[in-house]
Formats: sequence, structure tokens, C-alpha cells
Amino acid sequence: MSLLTTLARLQAVRSGHAEPLATVRHRHLGERPLVLVPLATAVEDGAPLAVLLGTDRTAPALHFVPQPLNRERRFEFLAALADELLPYLESFGTEVELVSGSELDPQTGEKLPITRELCADAPQLIVPNSGGVRHLALLGRATRFRRTAEDPDPGPYPAPPRVPLLGRWLTHLTERAQVPGSSLLLPMTGLLARHWATGQSHLEDQQLGAQLAWHAPPAGWTGPTGAAAAEFVETARDEHGQLHHPPAGPATDPRFDEKRLAPAIARYDAALTALRHAEGTAAAAAAQQALQRSVAALRERLLGVLLPTWHDVWQGLDLLRTLPPAPHVAERWESDRWSYTGHRDRVAAGEPPQPRLDDAVTAARKLALREREQVRLEVGEALDDPLAMAERRLAGEAFSGLVTEVVAAQDTSGKTAKPRPLLTVHTADRPHAEPGREVHRAGAPKSQKAEITAVDAAAGLLTLRLLNGMGRGKEPEPGSVPAVGDRVTFTLFELTPRQSAPLPEPDDTPWTHGGPPAAAQNSTATSEEWA
Amino acid sequence: MDALLSQHGGRSEQLGRRLAELRGPVAPRGLDARALAALAANPGCRRRAVLDAAGVDKGAVAARLGRPAPFGRSPFAIARGNIFEARLKADGCAALLEPLRRHLGLPPGEGEPPAVPDLLTSAGPAVRAARTAEALAEAVEASQADPARWTLLDHPMLRLSVAGAPAYLEPDAVLVHGGRCTVVEIKSFPVLDGSADPAKVGAAARQAAVYVLALQQAAEAAAGRPTDQADQADQADQADQHPNPAPGPYQEQRLPGSPELTVLLVCPRDFGQRPTAAALDVRRELASTRRQLARMTRIEELLAALAPGTSFDLAPDQAGEPTRPAEELAEAVASVPAAYGPECLSACELGFLCRAQARAADAVTQLGRSVRAEFGELTTVEAALAAAAGTLEFADEAADRLHHAARLRAEALAEARTRPEPAPTPAPAPAPAPAPDAGAAATPPPPAPTRPATQAAAG
Repeated sequence: MSLLTTLARLQAVRSGHAEPLATVRHRHLGERPLVLVPLATAVEDGAPLAVLLGTDRTAPALHFVPQPLNRERRFEFLAALADELLPYLESFGTEVELVSGSELDPQTGEKLPITRELCADAPQLIVPNSGGVRHLALLGRATRFRRTAEDPDPGPYPAPPRVPLLGRWLTHLTERAQVPGSSLLLPMTGLLARHWATGQSHLEDQQLGAQLAWHAPPAGWTGPTGAAAAEFVETARDEHGQLHHPPAGPATDPRFDEKRLAPAIARYDAALTALRHAEGTAAAAAAQQALQRSVAALRERLLGVLLPTWHDVWQGLDLLRTLPPAPHVAERWESDRWSYTGHRDRVAAGEPPQPRLDDAVTAARKLALREREQVRLEVGEALDDPLAMAERRLAGEAFSGLVTEVVAAQDTSGKTAKPRPLLTVHTADRPHAEPGREVHRAGAPKSQKAEITAVDAAAGLLTLRLLNGMGRGKEPEPGSVPAVGDRVTFTLFELTPRQSAPLPEPDDTPWTHGGPPAAAQNSTATSEEWA
Repeated sequence: MDALLSQHGGRSEQLGRRLAELRGPVAPRGLDARALAALAANPGCRRRAVLDAAGVDKGAVAARLGRPAPFGRSPFAIARGNIFEARLKADGCAALLEPLRRHLGLPPGEGEPPAVPDLLTSAGPAVRAARTAEALAEAVEASQADPARWTLLDHPMLRLSVAGAPAYLEPDAVLVHGGRCTVVEIKSFPVLDGSADPAKVGAAARQAAVYVLALQQAAEAAAGRPTDQADQADQADQADQHPNPAPGPYQEQRLPGSPELTVLLVCPRDFGQRPTAAALDVRRELASTRRQLARMTRIEELLAALAPGTSFDLAPDQAGEPTRPAEELAEAVASVPAAYGPECLSACELGFLCRAQARAADAVTQLGRSVRAEFGELTTVEAALAAAAGTLEFADEAADRLHHAARLRAEALAEARTRPEPAPTPAPAPAPAPAPDAGAAATPPPPAPTRPATQAAAG
């Protein structure tokens, strides 16, 4: 936690209300995000129990597994989830724009012009917390290798046809969620924590309801926002010992499991057994009704613990929409659209599901991508948001100040004289600046570099020589050089991250890294045991 | 061992009396491996050390003071653990033996099955511990005589002396082979594609380290060496006069029956119920547990700081309802300082209570231990905010940094307020249009339509 974040948290402790950590919204929010609240059962790691999802806050759809240990019920659940989720995911794949680019011909090394499709928009899933992302990743891993009745060798327990496809999409979204600044799949706790500080620790912020209690009083709480309201969310129970505000999942409260869920599942099991015994007799209709009642009871109990979280996520979206989007968000969303388009194409091309474990080249590529995006995100946020820039200034990586003097100097060493004006900047910041250090001007009309020529730390004066971004003439273009009295910000880090050297194709993996991956070693659907 | 106890008898009797006073006239809550491991996770907490040593029911104390611990285990989770273990131990541990054989380097399949002695699992803890010690000694002797012989102790009962009082511990299984033994820990979380949740593995390692420590004590006792933890503490205290200073924390004990410092973790593989075993090095956990338990034997120092007459007795009535006035109890609890951190909320029954106290005391540690470490002398929110505002009397480096940070924050917020309102439809600054070929490398590489891009990074 940075010192500025800690400071904001301290202020929140005092004010009892969340304090801003950002002045703009740093993540993309789509027109039509899909909110998804998953629940898991404790019977098995990652075994789904229920999911509440939808794009309309007034009309969520609930799907659940009445008996989590029953494989068929689980497949029915997954098939229903696929029917709900896949149309949403696929609906963004039809509207495309064409982007022209070029590609190196592998044989001749020539540049060939090509046109690529880029989907105009992409889906966006919002889950309550990072546990929800992990749960979706597990679901993806559990389903993407399943074989279906349509496969040549379906195995003993074929899954419904669209379930493996759901697994591949979930895997793609959860992998993409690892990329800094990406917005295809976002946990609400993380989104809120990026933009506001609460007066509690990062660990306590993991519970969505407790975090929101610093923004608005939770339902059933009459006092003000703050620590007491958060503790109410965490601990308050009704006369049956159930939490007023159930945890946002994916794990359910053990007391709920014990007192509410386990009896309801037992009743479902009993009703099913009774129905099996009554089959063909006069009691069958009554038994069928009893079964339906037991399913309805389960549905009602699960809705009871899911709806508070559902409303919390939408409330979080409302809060985030009060912030104006940061300018660099569009650029990052374009990367997300490329990512979505790429996966759409891989699915359409009939490629196998993502492997269990990445080969060396893919892993290195993913890591490089994440590192690059991390730098890009940090730079973008700093340029968009004075609070993010303040972090860098506090770290000594940037400084802001007023221009106190401009001397129009020139570099006459070449054939033609070039403008190299000297600026003196007065700043109260403490940059790690020494003469000779290259700095970059933030917010300049064109990208502009300068060199530090003198530092007077005691007086807070820095002298800089502007090096470019002033046009080709002998005199700098108007507006390209700051004037006396202007407020300027320079960074010690580059504003356009460098590109790293390209990595080899997987087939060219050197032997030091395991050599080319054995085809199909990881990705074939071996029969996998399932409880 | 008995001779040893009598040697320290006077002191430990006195200590036992003092701890019983603190607890009140109820049976002490036994320290199990989980509790011991949790204690080692927060070694600086005196409150936990004192209450645990006295065997006080912390959950009941917290409930009496109005901040009950929100812990509980789902019946589903309990059933799942039991089912997995039952499957492993069915048919004479058939499913369990395969991964164990592989680990010990025994020939797979139909080799000699291990001896599984009866450990009287329905008897009381003291009887079971005695029986386990006997079976362990026999197994060690037998395995030394015949290297092919191995023994599986199913749910043995180990005795670990903690602060002069015995704690009884029950590992899932202990393997004896080649004169050494190995702790086997069965957990129901899965190993998925070769990796498991690090937090759960860490907890399992800490727990197994406690068993290893107990087995080390047992081996020392069998070899006739001093074992009592109090004795080790004495050694540490008098290290310079003692001819044989205590061995280093990572030094391996080499006695007949000494435990391996690598334990076996047995978990379900992927989504099924088939077991997989992984060797887990617990030397680090062992060192920290040992250090922490040695500290506990210096519990006298902590007790000496308490006011005479302090007690955590809940004074339960006939129905078991506590009658002790909450204010009195709160005072007693408050007299032992706690080292609260937000991590406590998920590990200690007193977590919510200590958090309420930390908040009432305006302590910065309510935001995390790291904040407290970073702020040094600024221990309260009030002081930290004063430092930020620049109104603090003294100014050390932390205060100065905080003041600087507060200036930057205020400046940034002011700048944002004066920023022109964005246009109704925020026109995002056009992304710096990447040069066509550069773009292909910089933005997530879209797969070229001509080439199947297997395993393109998830970008």
C-alpha cells in the first residue's frame, strides 16, 4: 500500500466515509455489462452451487444445482449457464470494423498489407470479488476439456454440447483478467478499491458489502457510514442466526450451509427418492409436486443470499459511473477488443481448448504482455489523473512546478541552428533528479524530451534544456515551449513504453526451455475423473 | 522424562496453578496442532500467548464481550474431508499406499504391505499417547532390523509438552521406514494441474511442523535425552554457560525414529478423488514453531506483568451460561496487550474484539501491520493526521513524508476540481494510432487469418 493510499485511508477513518483515490474512472465500463454473482459449495473445490446473472438489474436470472454432488444436475446447470452466457458473449462478435495493417511474409520477409477484423465492442463481466474470478477460472478449467455427445469418443459421461465452449470462454476471460488494466472481466471490490479508499484494511475490503458500507449505509443500518456500518455488514445476524448481509461469495456462510442449505438439499433428495418410489402409481403426481416444492424452496433460499450481493454490484456500478472516464481508457479497451476478437477467431477456426499448462514460449509471452501492460497502465493513469501522478511525484519519479524563467538558447553545433531553450522550474517536489538525466514533459502538445542541466534542491529550482518537440525551424513553433508562469509536469519515466524484443514462435522454442511443445500433450481431452 | 519433570516440578507446578487461576474452574482447552500453528503465525501477540497457555476458551470470551468469532465449518466441508479420508483408508489403506510407496521408493504394486498396528483409537488421550509411543518404538526397531519393513501408524496420538503442560496431537498418519518416520497429512483441497492454493498448503505445512516437533521430542525421549521445552528455554537463557548450546533451528535431528523434515501431503488430484502425494519441506515452519513454543515457556514473564487476581474465568452457571460481568472480563482481557493486525480476523477468535479495541484506541495498525511499521512513532490515526497536516510537535522522517504526501494529495484534488467538465459524450483522446506494423506487435497480437495462432497469449 502506497503512502498516499494509506493517507487516504487515514482520512477515511476520520471522516467515516470513503475518500477518493482517483479523480477519473480508470477502467472501461460498457453500455451493457453482465453482472454475475457465483456461489460455490463446500462439497468440492470449485463445485458450482448457483449463479445469479444478467444485464438488467431488475431481472436477474438464477441457475442452481439442487444437489451439488450429482453430476447430471451439475451438467444441467452448466448447460443452462452456457445458454445464458454464450449468446451474450457471442453477440459482440458480429459487428466489426476493418483495420488495415501489414504482416511480414515468413518466406520472403516482405511486408504485405492485410486487413483485420476488430469487433466494435466486447462483452464485459462484472463479478463481486476476486474470489469470483478464481471460481470462474476453476469452472473454465473443469469444463473446457469435457467431451460431448458430438465428439467421436464421448466417454461415459458426455457433457451437453455447449459446455466445453463455455469453459473456453471462461478460461479466456479469467486469463485476460490477469492483464493489468483489462476490463473484460472485473471484480467489483477491486474496481471500488482502485477508485476509493475506505477506513479499513485491504483484507476487510475483500468483502463487497463491508467496502460499500463506507459509501452508503447498508440496508437495515440506521447509523452513518463507516467502521460500525461495515462491522454490521460483517457480523449482524437475524433471529435465526443468519447474516443480514450474506458474504458476496463464492463461499457461503457456514451457518447458512448448516441451517438453511443442507436441510433444503436433504428435502430435495428425499422428494426425489419418493418420486422414484411412486413412479407409475397414483401418488406420482403428488410426489412430482413435492419435488417441485423442494426445488422452489431451494430457489428461494439461494435468491435470499444472492440478491443482496446482486444489488451491491449494481450499486458499485452506479458509484463508478459518477466518475468521468479517463482518456486512456479507450486505448486499453481497444486492447480488450483485440483480445476478444482473437478468441472469437480461435474458436471459429476450431482450435483446441487452452492447454492445462502453458509451454515456455506462451508463458513468456503472457508474462511479457502483462509487464508491458502494467507499464502502459501506470503511465496512462499518471497522465490521466493528478492523483495517480501524485503517486509518482511522491516516489520522486516526476515533478510539477511553475516555470520561472525561459532562456531562448540554441544548439549551433550542427549545420543549422536548432532551438534548445532553457527552462527554470520551481517545484516543492523531491525528484530523484541529477544533471544529465533525461525527463519527459507530461501534457505537452507533442511528445517532448528535456535534459536536466542544473539542480538546486535547497531552493527547489531545476534547470532543464528542451531537446525536441519544437518543430524543424530555427525558432521553436509557437506554443511548443512553456512560458514563464506556466505550470509544467515532467516525468523521469518514459511516456511511451519501449517494446521488448520479439519472442520466438512456440515451434521454435529452444531446447533450453524444453523445446517445441509436444502437440496435443496438454490439450487433448483425456478422460478426467469427476467425483 | 519423569525424572526431568520432577526436577522442574516445583516451577511447573507453580506455573500450572497460576494458569488454572487465570482460566477458572473449567477444564483447559487443549491446544491442537491448528491452534499451535496459528500461534506461531502471530508470535508477537501476548494476549493470545497467555490465553492459549492458560487453556482459556477464547471463543467464549469473545462472545461474552459481544464480539463472537464468526468462524464455523460448513457441514459440507466436514463431510468432504471425511469422505476423502475414508476413501483413502478403505481396504487397508489401499488408495493411500500407492502414493506413499512411490515416495519411499518402494517397489509399486504387490510389495510387502505395511504393518498397521492397533493404536486403541477409542481410548483416552493419555492411554493413546502411551500406546503410540510403544508402537512407534516397536516399528522403529523393526524397520532398523529389516529395511524392507514399513509401518503405517493410523491416527497416532502424540504428546507435546507446551509450557509445561501436555498437548495431545493427532496427525492423520505417520509412516515408519528405515528407522525414520514421516508425517503424512491428508487434506481435501485439490492439487489442480500440479499446483494447489498456496495459503492452504502453507497452513498444512505449519500444522505438520507441529507434528514433526512432537515426533522429535518423542525420539529424544526414547533416546534418553532431555526433551522438555522448558529445558530448551533454559538452554537458550544460559547459552553461554552451557557446554552444549541448543542446536541450530535447521539442524536435522538424527536419532532412531527421528522424523524426516519433509512431510507428505496427500490431496485429491484435479477434480476427482484419486490421491496424489507431494513432499513438503517444513524446516522453516518447524524453526518458527519451535521458537514460538520456546517463547511460550517464558510465559512466566508475561504472567508476572499481570495484576494479581487477574482472571479470564467466565464463571459459568449450571446451564453453562457465563455470569462473569462483561466489564470485569473486558478489563482483564485489556490488561494483556494484543498485537492486532487485520490478518487476525481470519485466524483468531478474538480478532473482532481486538479490532474494536484497536479502533477505539485510534491505532494505525487497524489498517494493517505494514502501516504501523512504516509510521514508526506515529501510532495513532490522530498523530498521523496531525503529521500530515504539519501540526505535529516533533517531526521525524515518517512525519515529514506524510506531510509531503498530504500536500501532493491536496494539490491533486484541487487540480481535479478546477479541471474543465468533460464534454457530455466524453471524446476519448484518440489512441496514439500505432504505426501499422508496430501496432501488430504492441497491441495484443491479433492472430493473422492465414496462420493458426495456437496458444496466442491471452491478450
